[in-house]
Amino acid sequence: MLRKRAARFAQRRVYPEVAAAGVGGVRLMHLSTRGTSRSTALLGGDAHSWSLPVRGYATGTIPDRPPPRKPLFTKLLIANRGEIACRIIRTCRKLGISTIAVYSDADADALHVRLADEAFRLGPAPSAESYLSLERIVEVAKRAGAQAVHPGYGFLSENARFAERLAAEGLVFIGPGVEAIKSMGSKSESKDIMLAAGVPCVPGYHSSEPVPISELERQATKLGYPLLIKAVLGGGGKGMRIVRSVEDFLPALESAQREARKAFGDERVLIERWIERPRHVEVQVFGDSSGNVVSLWERDCSVQRRHQKIIEEAPAPGLSDEVRKDLSDKAVAAAKAVNYLGAGTVEFIFDCDTDEFYFMEMNTRLQVEHPVTEMITGQDLVQWQLEVASGNPLPLRQDEIPRIGHAFEARIYAENPLNDFLPDVGPLLYKSTPQPSESLRLEEGFPQGSNIEVYYDPLISKVVAHGRDRTEALRILRKSLEGYHIAGVSTNVEFLKALAGNKAFLDQELDTGFIAKHRDELFPPISAPAPAVLAQAVLFLLLREQPLHLPATATPWQSLAFRRFSDIYTKHFKFHPDPLLNHGNPSPASEVTVVSSKPGLFDVEVRNPGADPVCFKDVKAHMISSTVISSTLDAQRVQTAVVQQSPPPTVLPSSTVTDRLHIFHQGSKTTLLIPPPNYLLQIAAEALTSGGIRAPMPSLVVDVRVKEGEDVNKGQPVVVLESMKTEIVLRAEVDGKVSMVGCKKGDMVEEGKELITVVATD
Amino acid sequence: MLYWHLKGQSLPGRLHRLASRAYHPSVIPSKVVPLSEEFMSKSAAMDALVTELDHITSQVRLGGGKKAMERMRAKGKLLPRERIATLLDRNTPFMELSSIAAHEVYPGESIPGAGIITGIGSVSGKECMIICNDSTVKGGSYYPLTIKKHLRAQEIARENLLPCVYLVESGGAALPYQAEVFPDVNHFGRGFYNMAQMSALGIPQISVVHGISVAGGAYTPAMSDYVIIVRNQGHIFLAGPPLVKAATGEVVDEEFLGGGEMHASVSGVVDALARDDEDGITLARTAVGDLGSAAGLTAEPDQAPEAPLYSVEELHGIVGDDVRQAIDMKEVIARIVDGSRFREFKAEYGTTLLTGFAHIHGYHCGIVANNGVLFSPSALKATHFIQLCSQRKIPLVFLVNVTGYMVGSKAERGGIAKDGAKMVRAVSCADVPKLTMVIGGSFGAGNYGMCGRAYSPRFLWMWPNAKILVMGSGQLSQVMAGISKDPSQHSELQSRIEAQSTALYASARLWDDGIIKPTDSRDVLGLGLSLAKRESMIGRLSGGSRLRPSWDGHDAGFGVFRM
Repeated sequence: MLRKRAARFAQRRVYPEVAAAGVGGVRLMHLSTRGTSRSTALLGGDAHSWSLPVRGYATGTIPDRPPPRKPLFTKLLIANRGEIACRIIRTCRKLGISTIAVYSDADADALHVRLADEAFRLGPAPSAESYLSLERIVEVAKRAGAQAVHPGYGFLSENARFAERLAAEGLVFIGPGVEAIKSMGSKSESKDIMLAAGVPCVPGYHSSEPVPISELERQATKLGYPLLIKAVLGGGGKGMRIVRSVEDFLPALESAQREARKAFGDERVLIERWIERPRHVEVQVFGDSSGNVVSLWERDCSVQRRHQKIIEEAPAPGLSDEVRKDLSDKAVAAAKAVNYLGAGTVEFIFDCDTDEFYFMEMNTRLQVEHPVTEMITGQDLVQWQLEVASGNPLPLRQDEIPRIGHAFEARIYAENPLNDFLPDVGPLLYKSTPQPSESLRLEEGFPQGSNIEVYYDPLISKVVAHGRDRTEALRILRKSLEGYHIAGVSTNVEFLKALAGNKAFLDQELDTGFIAKHRDELFPPISAPAPAVLAQAVLFLLLREQPLHLPATATPWQSLAFRRFSDIYTKHFKFHPDPLLNHGNPSPASEVTVVSSKPGLFDVEVRNPGADPVCFKDVKAHMISSTVISSTLDAQRVQTAVVQQSPPPTVLPSSTVTDRLHIFHQGSKTTLLIPPPNYLLQIAAEALTSGGIRAPMPSLVVDVRVKEGEDVNKGQPVVVLESMKTEIVLRAEVDGKVSMVGCKKGDMVEEGKELITVVATD
Repeated sequence: MLYWHLKGQSLPGRLHRLASRAYHPSVIPSKVVPLSEEFMSKSAAMDALVTELDHITSQVRLGGGKKAMERMRAKGKLLPRERIATLLDRNTPFMELSSIAAHEVYPGESIPGAGIITGIGSVSGKECMIICNDSTVKGGSYYPLTIKKHLRAQEIARENLLPCVYLVESGGAALPYQAEVFPDVNHFGRGFYNMAQMSALGIPQISVVHGISVAGGAYTPAMSDYVIIVRNQGHIFLAGPPLVKAATGEVVDEEFLGGGEMHASVSGVVDALARDDEDGITLARTAVGDLGSAAGLTAEPDQAPEAPLYSVEELHGIVGDDVRQAIDMKEVIARIVDGSRFREFKAEYGTTLLTGFAHIHGYHCGIVANNGVLFSPSALKATHFIQLCSQRKIPLVFLVNVTGYMVGSKAERGGIAKDGAKMVRAVSCADVPKLTMVIGGSFGAGNYGMCGRAYSPRFLWMWPNAKILVMGSGQLSQVMAGISKDPSQHSELQSRIEAQSTALYASARLWDDGIIKPTDSRDVLGLGLSLAKRESMIGRLSGGSRLRPSWDGHDAGFGVFRM
């Protein structure tokens, strides 16, 4: 442990010249832990508060790499937002580089804006008018006097035109050369380059000309089974067939071609080796301007949903040293083939059955999951990027790059795993994170109170855990996820916890179909909320109005809370579980009765449907903050965070549009709905005019297709919404006349807002 | 454990008080030996009384019984106590009044709580008097004691300037008792008179009509400043459909005659239409919230409250259940006042009566407490002390355990009659709110001097062991024996008088505002003192105009003391 830690720290040192000096392996590193165990620098601690490393590194071990070094930039523009912008700022602070943030109107008060030394507005919230606005960014960079631009990931990070434009303006683009971006941006071109460089690609047969069936059959036999037939213009699974034996080939080909013809008007197909159990393994590479390329080992990102990664680890488990070396070599070869500069990732599809791997694509940016590599190598990859972009050589040679322990990254997204992982938007009403430590790093971009916007990627933060081995890293990850509490938007935290605790995942049974394969274990059947959770919810509702500390001159009307003189304090509560747990259907309510017959003590009786009542007697409880309640339930002292989320006051209540309680109890989150009182439902029903069409979720109005007074037919599209990149068409539910149009194109509308009213014609 | 008496205070406040706490001569030392046989047996006796009281109140809480409750629930209504719980601020106390009214009063009829629930609680942050018909009990109809309890609640509201919220569901007067509910001064009509008077004094009157509100009952909403009615449930009419048919031949249904929709849209009898009970009560909470300064201000304590130093549970063993046994009143005071601190006045003079200043829940008060029979010096000391409090506008708390004024030639020749009269006059005219708690006996003229019911204390509470009687039952029986010849009558009389002396008997007839558990005494006194302090605040609010709706003094001085 000591040694690992030492390595990590030593190589994360503040002073570039020290880093450049290279540290000859891990052996010397344990020296550095003397007197300092500040592990949080990478984790968000203030780099300037670091103590100087023990003298002696910079000298004793300087190998044959020649000084002098080129100075780094003094001013850097970060053309990104969220956690990655904050992460880049952190390294810049460490290195004394001034940072310039840019922001859209939605981000005017964002964390990255607050952290940066300077900040400039780009434009309105939509990315196209802000973070993708190449011209605006160049303009800001020039005005602010930036020397270089770091694009982060996403947005303009792999935009060759952007790189070109910056170069033309004399600004440094932190990334590879334009040519590399271009050639790696094209699937076919990159494949050709890789094949030429000896990097394996998925075997297959592809011709741009129509091919006779006999030729396809011959190629198929050559390729072997199982294989995949894919329409050249294919997409969405149309015209795709998996063929497992030669007998099935012709019928499958025929049907694939028929389908392709129908769907795309083009029956051309290609055939490819079908990999039954693929893993997604990628290699972090780095190149400098002298043509040196190193590999910082691989990562496994097999577990994906909606074709996006959610949990990544480094190194990839279960690889033999030979395979690992082969992967690295091939990745380095790939990078060298395009004269690669800076940070890049070569993605491979890895066949679990054969241990063979094939080139998929190369990402010419710093990736979301780069921290796992940093954790096992002890390097600061952003610093590396700045070094090589400044024209300095790579900080370490291949044989100097450590690989210590195991690291995991879990991505916390605003999304709803129960709703097919559909993204969610909304405010981070409450956010409480575990304490970072030497084994735990948090990448945060959105503090409590921020809004997760419909316009951008819904990544909230990343939790990165490092352990001496995979099991330890996973245990640390699990524990920290238990302490990660978010309310306001749906998140995948609970799902990540299930994933991190899944037996198959622990047993390294990784492949890209992991979630589908283990769906039942990852989404366990719903169970009624735990009695303790319900008890805590109710005690919270009772006590939250009670001031934490009564004023010194509290009247007995305040201090004698819940007291009755001859009556007994009794209150009934009803809660519904989150309907999403039951595919949107309402589940039976849990009922709780609180009785206080003795001053300061509560009896809490919990009745879950179909279960015996559970009674907690003589419960003592008090709020220890505005969200945390501390109680003694059955002689156990429990602390629970409870957050109430109310729908916006402009929206009519319903059984699902109602107050919610998010309860974080003993490492897991429970959401309860407080059914609105009957009279509110009545008011809502009265206000609900017939034919009213409402927004089903918070969304952006993309189009309004009707006008007031217009006649509409049942089923006719009236409004088109977009929510998190998904388009929703709202249609008239009856034949009638539009009596009200309550939105216009470009509006952001809340869930439940009435957008159109159609008065039915009889 | 060290800090238990300071709990509920903010940390800085706690630290400050801890730092400033030290022995002080005003701290009452306790000589209680909780493990002594006497203590244990007294404690057990009081425990039994409290258990009995708990049993009776638990029966009262069931109102007209499970069936009647189910019927109400089936109609989608909230039960009366649920209505009150919904009306009250969630985490506040409710000081219920005379909960065992009418207990075993009407032969052959059980009228729990006299069919009405009254009490003071916080609504939208304002203390209000809540008067709620219990329609599970005889349809919420008014028995004589129902009227008495209703009027008493109004009196308390008036004296303490509390907005009134009426939760109405009542068929009006109980007709068989019409002679005892209708004609006299303190009968049905007085309730409406009170509403008019209070409204004139600026004390808001708000009604929620949850059910039928007929005949005389129709005037409760009609006399209110603000009326809410529950749709398809509340009905207000002077005469119901059967009576209308009998009187005029008109055939009409309840909704058309006096339903919520009609009154809201046609007659204008109501001001707001609610969809159900919960809605109606929520509207009432909003209405109270909108009273503004008319609702009065919660009076803050004079200093930071502090728990007593000794356990209140020990009161059981200190007092017991036998009023003939002496009670060490200092031990009682030590468990009622803040920090067990009692600044005694004339400690060495007239020692059968204790007088002195203290704070209860932070409210400054003067305490007059019996520690034996009243002699002339005790009466003079009380008179002196009451005058002091009156002049300084410090409310008085009477802790009563009095067998009366001393009799016998020595006392009479010493002028006990005029000294007792001085005390009674001082009590009658003292220009401050008075609170009375009967801890033991309240016998004879001692009842007068110690601010009995006739002396209009703002509140009068009794402990479960308390007794009220014109004289000790033993003496009374002997006196009677001297007059009447028939010895069989004597024992019958003695047992009747014995039965009539109990707290249960008294409370059932509203001779008090409720029986209070010893352990709750300090808290109800604190609540009472905080209400008593409201008046002066409102006087200030209304530009100093002399709004004095209470009976405790009119700045008229004391009249003639017989010297």
